[in-house]
Amino acid sequence: MNDKPNKLITDDGLRLDGRRADEIRPMKIEIGVLSRADGSCYLEWGRNKILVGVFGPREAHPRRLQRADAAVIRYRYNMASFSVEDRARPGPSRRSIEISKVSREAFEPVIMAELYPKTAIDIFVEILQADAGTRTAAINASSIALADAGIPMKGLVTSCAFGKVDGQIVLDLNKEEDNYGEADFPVAMTQDGEITLLQMDGHLTPEEIKKGFELVKKGCKEILEIQQTVLRKKFETPVEEPEAEPEAKIVDTESEAAETEPSLEYAPEAAAVEETIEEAEELEAEPSEEVTETVPEAEELEEIVKEAEVEVVDGEAIEEAIEAETEEEAIEAETEEEAIEAEDESKGPWKVVKDPSESGSRGENDE
Amino acid sequence: MSEIITTLKKDYIYNLMIKGKRQDGRGFKDFRDIKLETNIISKAEGSAKVTLGETQVLVGVKLQTGTPFPDSQDEGVIITNLELNPIASPEFEPGPPREDAIEMARVVDRGIRESGAIDIKKLCITVGESVWIVFIDVHVLNDDGNLIDASCLAAIAALMTTVVPNEQQGIGTNVPLAMKEIPVGVTVAKIGSKLIVDPSLDEEAVCETKMTIVSSSDGSVAGMQKMGSAPLTEAEVMEAIDMACEKAAELRELYLEELVKQE
Repeated sequence: MNDKPNKLITDDGLRLDGRRADEIRPMKIEIGVLSRADGSCYLEWGRNKILVGVFGPREAHPRRLQRADAAVIRYRYNMASFSVEDRARPGPSRRSIEISKVSREAFEPVIMAELYPKTAIDIFVEILQADAGTRTAAINASSIALADAGIPMKGLVTSCAFGKVDGQIVLDLNKEEDNYGEADFPVAMTQDGEITLLQMDGHLTPEEIKKGFELVKKGCKEILEIQQTVLRKKFETPVEEPEAEPEAKIVDTESEAAETEPSLEYAPEAAAVEETIEEAEELEAEPSEEVTETVPEAEELEEIVKEAEVEVVDGEAIEEAIEAETEEEAIEAETEEEAIEAEDESKGPWKVVKDPSESGSRGENDE
Repeated sequence: MSEIITTLKKDYIYNLMIKGKRQDGRGFKDFRDIKLETNIISKAEGSAKVTLGETQVLVGVKLQTGTPFPDSQDEGVIITNLELNPIASPEFEPGPPREDAIEMARVVDRGIRESGAIDIKKLCITVGESVWIVFIDVHVLNDDGNLIDASCLAAIAALMTTVVPNEQQGIGTNVPLAMKEIPVGVTVAKIGSKLIVDPSLDEEAVCETKMTIVSSSDGSVAGMQKMGSAPLTEAEVMEAIDMACEKAAELRELYLEELVKQE
């Protein structure tokens, strides 16, 4: 155990690790690192090393835990015995049980559990190396792992802590600041800024809490960007090529249809027009009225009929376009799925972190 | 986990809230009746029983000597435990503590620890060798909602009446436990878009989120914990803190400050 340093913040406003008060530690995220898990994430934040595996939705066991109307979400925060300075006793501690509970609650508002009744969604967190702020780091990693597993969520959850050190409000405490600081205030929030986890210990006035919230919002925004970048890297790049062509086509058919007859926007309308024209000639005049405006010379019935016929064609064209669109969507979805599957199998060609083999094997050993 | 409540009752409570009312006629910022008794267990070094509405919580404090933690050689040790006795509710079962019991115990503990309520330096007998270990055991006797506030109140009251049994160890005369602060926990529950203090059992079953705020006598916050699955906005959090600090000051003045005078 080190003794308390004289100063945790220098006179220049720099912290022991060289950060300013409003800066987070560098964060590194790797996605899809465990082949057996449905989704996984390895995250390094400062000296924290965290591995998360997500399983499910899968049948909930024991069955009495099942919910008839939604999936049960289970979150297990577990510290490796070697993750801290003094060996931690393996197995759940009171601390880890509490963290597991509040972290689970942090995800409950965003996971669309109602889509998977009678199932369980398991989030397993392994703290491989701890260095202050493990619960917030674990939540950030879990968010990614859940997305990697394809669990429907209303948005990502991001988490960050603020605290008070040498009387100053600072973002994302490091180990020394956590040990010798005056307060620790972990927060998790949704993309909309709604708070889903809030804990606090220490000594803070309401004004300081207000100030801290501003910092935490900034921190969470930065983390969200990192999370989104990582997810984009995995799920966007490989899909780009097959997606480019059909997308262009859709735009063409749509714009064509729009050019020929801007007033007909929806297929049902077009179909109605079609029927009307076929069944009663008098009614043809009605939809053609608009056309008459654009073609003022057209007075004779024949011409009106012609126009109407064009409309019929338009209607069909639009119908076709819409059909094509839905098909495209289906194809798109399929390609995406396939791409994801392919990704999972190949374990991602884009890896961000330097030595994926190391973290992968570490995870297996840890289990 | 939580008590089962009929949809009918749920709607009723919601609708009352919209009208600005509560089931038992209280205002949003009103606590139920509180009764505080201290020194009721003579075998314990300190004890207190809090009756909050129908909720009953008994706290006993025991002191034992032991070795200090290696990183705080000259400080006493605080250990808080909370048991959800099967006697207190048909929902509770015997066995190892559930996660909500552990959470409550840790929130009570955090309030006492972080506010610096106990002068732990004065619990040191021989540096690095022997210190007093303070065991705070919370016994829940009847659960009618808001166990956590009752537990916080009973715990601090029990500590304020605790006597350090120096004579038993042959190290001088018995002295009152040195206290530096009086932390008070207040739980704010969110039902619909309304915030209320001291949720009853039914209100607890209806609310999706509650937050316990433990504050010190200078109006600063020593510990907080959000519990439950619904999110809160930043504005709601700040409002809850204001409500809790205000109520905590009231409770401190009404029930706890007289315990200081007794010493």
